[in-house]
Amino acid sequence: MKLPVNLKISKVHMLSRRKQTVVAMLGVTFGIGMFILLIGFMRGMNTFFEDLMLSVTPDIHLYNDYKTDFSSSVTDRMYHRQQDRWVVVHHPKPKQINLNLKNAPGIIEDLRRQPGVLAVSALVSSQILFNYGPVQLAGMADGVDILEEDRVFDLAAKMKSGRPQDLLSTANGILLGYKLAKRLNVTTGDMVTITAPSGIQMRFRVAGTFQFGIATVDDVKAYLNLSGMQQLLGKNADYITNIRIKLQDMKQAPALAPQLARRYGYKADDWETANAAVRAGNFIRDVFAYVLSFTMLLVAGFGIYNIMNLVIAGKMKDIAILKAQGFDKNDIVQIFLSQSVMIGVLGASAGLLLGFSLSYALSRVPWPDDEYMVISHFPVAFDANYYVLGAVYGVLTTLLAGLLPALKAARVDPVAILRG
Amino acid sequence: MEVLKATNLNKFFYEPVPFQVLHNISLTIEQGEFVAIMGKSGCGKSTLLYLLSTLDTDYEGTILINGVQVTGLKEDELARFRNEHIGFVFQFHFLLPEFTALENVMMPALKLGKLSEEEIRDKAIERLRQMEMADHAHKLSAKLSGGQQQRVAIARALINDPNIIMADEPTGNLDSGNTEIIYNIFNLLARQGNTIIAVTHDQDFAARSGRIIEMVDGRIARSYTPDSKKMAAVRGN
Repeated sequence: MKLPVNLKISKVHMLSRRKQTVVAMLGVTFGIGMFILLIGFMRGMNTFFEDLMLSVTPDIHLYNDYKTDFSSSVTDRMYHRQQDRWVVVHHPKPKQINLNLKNAPGIIEDLRRQPGVLAVSALVSSQILFNYGPVQLAGMADGVDILEEDRVFDLAAKMKSGRPQDLLSTANGILLGYKLAKRLNVTTGDMVTITAPSGIQMRFRVAGTFQFGIATVDDVKAYLNLSGMQQLLGKNADYITNIRIKLQDMKQAPALAPQLARRYGYKADDWETANAAVRAGNFIRDVFAYVLSFTMLLVAGFGIYNIMNLVIAGKMKDIAILKAQGFDKNDIVQIFLSQSVMIGVLGASAGLLLGFSLSYALSRVPWPDDEYMVISHFPVAFDANYYVLGAVYGVLTTLLAGLLPALKAARVDPVAILRG
Repeated sequence: MEVLKATNLNKFFYEPVPFQVLHNISLTIEQGEFVAIMGKSGCGKSTLLYLLSTLDTDYEGTILINGVQVTGLKEDELARFRNEHIGFVFQFHFLLPEFTALENVMMPALKLGKLSEEEIRDKAIERLRQMEMADHAHKLSAKLSGGQQQRVAIARALINDPNIIMADEPTGNLDSGNTEIIYNIFNLLARQGNTIIAVTHDQDFAARSGRIIEMVDGRIARSYTPDSKKMAAVRGN
């Protein structure tokens, strides 16, 4: 292969001290490899958590966020408001609060006509108690139109036994979280007894079990038919507490939510707002991964800086000879910088390969049995962008690390060295 | 024709104390001359050579080489100029140890880039043959003996057909056998019409030159043509 003379010299220099070159390369290789592994794993975790969170969060959630209004009080009626008298009420309590959305069927009708809305699921939600022998287990019951709920949350994919529509075909049916079913020691076809906060008790037949993969859901949640729930709470057929909406494009949610809130006069949360904590966690993991990997690459950079400095210290004579023969400053910089760059490019390439291998190996490692989430293997993301970023950063680091020693070499005064 | 003309060269060292090394040195060297610069250690002869060779640019006065005023040229321009017009031979051979003899000889020509690599290779082998080093062309230069290395260094100095060959104590580090070989090579080079400036304190070597410039305390004390009879007497010793 024919190389320009500077690169030829550079190549011979590198090959004549293979061990040092390889050690310098390994620094970059491990730096980049760890970067790829870390970022892939962190990204994988983030994606996993985001998916998990999205599996239980609607794009937009419309509900009645009650605020107690104490501006009028029964004391006015009892004492008749008079100018010369103060009436102070300590610790007032509301008399009547309706948590439901008024004209819910109308809102649902209207929502379905909105552009961009894919599915709308009405919900009546309440804390309930499951009777298990003498024990009462706390739970959460969602009364839903199960077919709409399926369209919003893709329930069918989360069923452990039975199908969502079995809820409709079973008289007084109920779907239970699989962990809840286990705690109640019931399977499909068995009966469970539920006590509502109002004191009403009803019996339901288990039509299926589901698994969201989140302990706090699978452990407490049950699905009832809308009518069954309304009956349990002693409410009429218009009683709806929440409306969940799925959009064609979930990215539109933050923009659309305030519009819907204004249109209907209720609170509307988009998925981003609802999961700010998860997103903050993702952000922290990202920062952590970047800081750690960049630190490792910095260390690799210092390694190269050191090695190149040593190399140049040992090559003072050669530099002087080259200069005497007519090699100028740029040539000297080229000769030594190209060595760093070569170390960087080779090290980074090997690092990408190492990173990919480690990532792949990690993605094959089974996740330890977990109480809180259901996951089969370590989640690892394989995103080409991070490979490009790693390569660019690796080469840049070595370029900078090599630049200072190379400039130092270019400044060598040949006379001082040739005279001995 | 003048190959080199230096006018009123003054040079100072500032460390450890200010000290004037060269005092108003002017000299002219003609095409094909073989000039030996002699003098005691510390008289400034090597300093003068590095000034003339353009490696040292920190001086007063002017230097013209080949009619070009090199005084005041930029560092990169000087590098290019050295590459094309000046061949160097040092006391300590100074070959690049990781390269073969042939690669060392080829390097300045590859840098100059006027010929193709094949032409340069042929030329380099021819130069090595002149030095009777063609057999060792593919040996690593670090594996050669001192005398062999110096011959390779001379071949390297000649590769770009320089206008001037500058040598700093070319025999200073060699045993008598190798010194004899180097003598003969310089004799040959001089006969072939090369312009040579050599700094030396080797009387025998200087005696073969066409002109001896003797320096004392940074000044040119004497410039004379060596007497070959006297040379013979010295050799008889």
